[in-house]
Amino acid sequence: MSDKTMRLDIVSAEEELFSAEVQMVYAPAEMGEVGITPKHTPLLTKLKAGDVRAEISDSETKIFFISGGILEIQPNAVTILSDTAIRESDLDEDRAKKSELAAKQAMENSNSDMDLVKAKTELAQAAAQLRLIKKLKGKR
Amino acid sequence: MAGSQEIRTQIKSIQNTQKITKAMEMVAASKMRKAVGQMEKARPYANKISYVMSHLANAHAEYNSVYFEVREVKKRAYIVVSSDRGLCGGLNNNLFKKVIESTLENKKNEIDTSYSVFGNKAAGFFQRIGGEVISQSTQVGDQPKIEDLLGTIKSTIDKFISKDVDEVYVAYNKFFNTVSQIPTIDKILPISSNDEAIDKEYSHYWDYLYEPDAKEVLESLFVRFIESLTYRAVVENIASEQASRMVAMKSSSDNASDLIDELQIIYNKNRQAAITQEISEIISGASAL
Repeated sequence: MSDKTMRLDIVSAEEELFSAEVQMVYAPAEMGEVGITPKHTPLLTKLKAGDVRAEISDSETKIFFISGGILEIQPNAVTILSDTAIRESDLDEDRAKKSELAAKQAMENSNSDMDLVKAKTELAQAAAQLRLIKKLKGKR
Repeated sequence: MAGSQEIRTQIKSIQNTQKITKAMEMVAASKMRKAVGQMEKARPYANKISYVMSHLANAHAEYNSVYFEVREVKKRAYIVVSSDRGLCGGLNNNLFKKVIESTLENKKNEIDTSYSVFGNKAAGFFQRIGGEVISQSTQVGDQPKIEDLLGTIKSTIDKFISKDVDEVYVAYNKFFNTVSQIPTIDKILPISSNDEAIDKEYSHYWDYLYEPDAKEVLESLFVRFIESLTYRAVVENIASEQASRMVAMKSSSDNASDLIDELQIIYNKNRQAAITQEISEIISGASAL
């Protein structure tokens, strides 16, 4: 690795987007756009939605759109943990409420006391069925 | 003879069932390959984020996060990941059994238990047994987006932050290979600071600069870390589901073949008996003349 380049990794939870040596990176940090050259001091910051520009060489630049995420800088490596989903705290709250509501609606139709005995018998029945199937198969 | 026709219909109907199970087997095989691919694709993010987390462990971050807070355990929450559809062998039942065993263990130690569930099967099961379900997401499909999981994850994390629960686990089927999927329960909260991860290279004192401030950046990092762990569990469970379905469907196709063979023999015997009887009737008729 030469002194003039650093490793850039752009990853999202669902896939790897980019990984190569670059000369410089521009990223949309929450406090304003930052430009990063090699030997930058360690930094951790949040990113907002925007373009990430990676200068691979003097003539080649790649642009990625990200919808937010986290930027981690080490002297010789830059990592962008990109979000795939659009993250607003209101939106997250909505999602949480929705899944809680789904659970609540489902629960209303059942008794609230947890019946472990019932659970155990149900599982035992399933296990017995599986054993029986195995036995029947062995016989043939 | 009357039996022959019946046996023939039965063979036909088993053949039709076998066609279905064979098709399901092949569909499951291709879906499994896709799910394994998705698992591979998720790996770089998981690696990177744990790499950043281990840096943080080295960095002696000045901010003590609630996500690391070890409390006396009064209540545990389990995020139970199951499949939406059945016909996948004992996959879900094995997992539920493991969860119920831990629940009983908790009960012995006077610890309450609540659940967050992914997938129809877990939703149905915990509803039937009347467990306390914090939140649920069903029908996330074969290729879930992380977006679909956020709601359930957040409401579980919120319970941890508000100190309603003191530990959070994720229960899923770990995918080893096509024939082996192991029900697994992993602890995700509080985040255990892994001492082994401390890298000698960075062991001198340093810390990141944080923008805008440590608390905000770190919190969103920790939330993403937990999300990535859960996402991984969900994707692995899908791979396990498809693998398990493939094996189950293969064995039912084999069973159908065995049944058909058996019936075919009975059918042939039946047919031969009928012919023999007819011949002996003709001969005895002829000799009577």
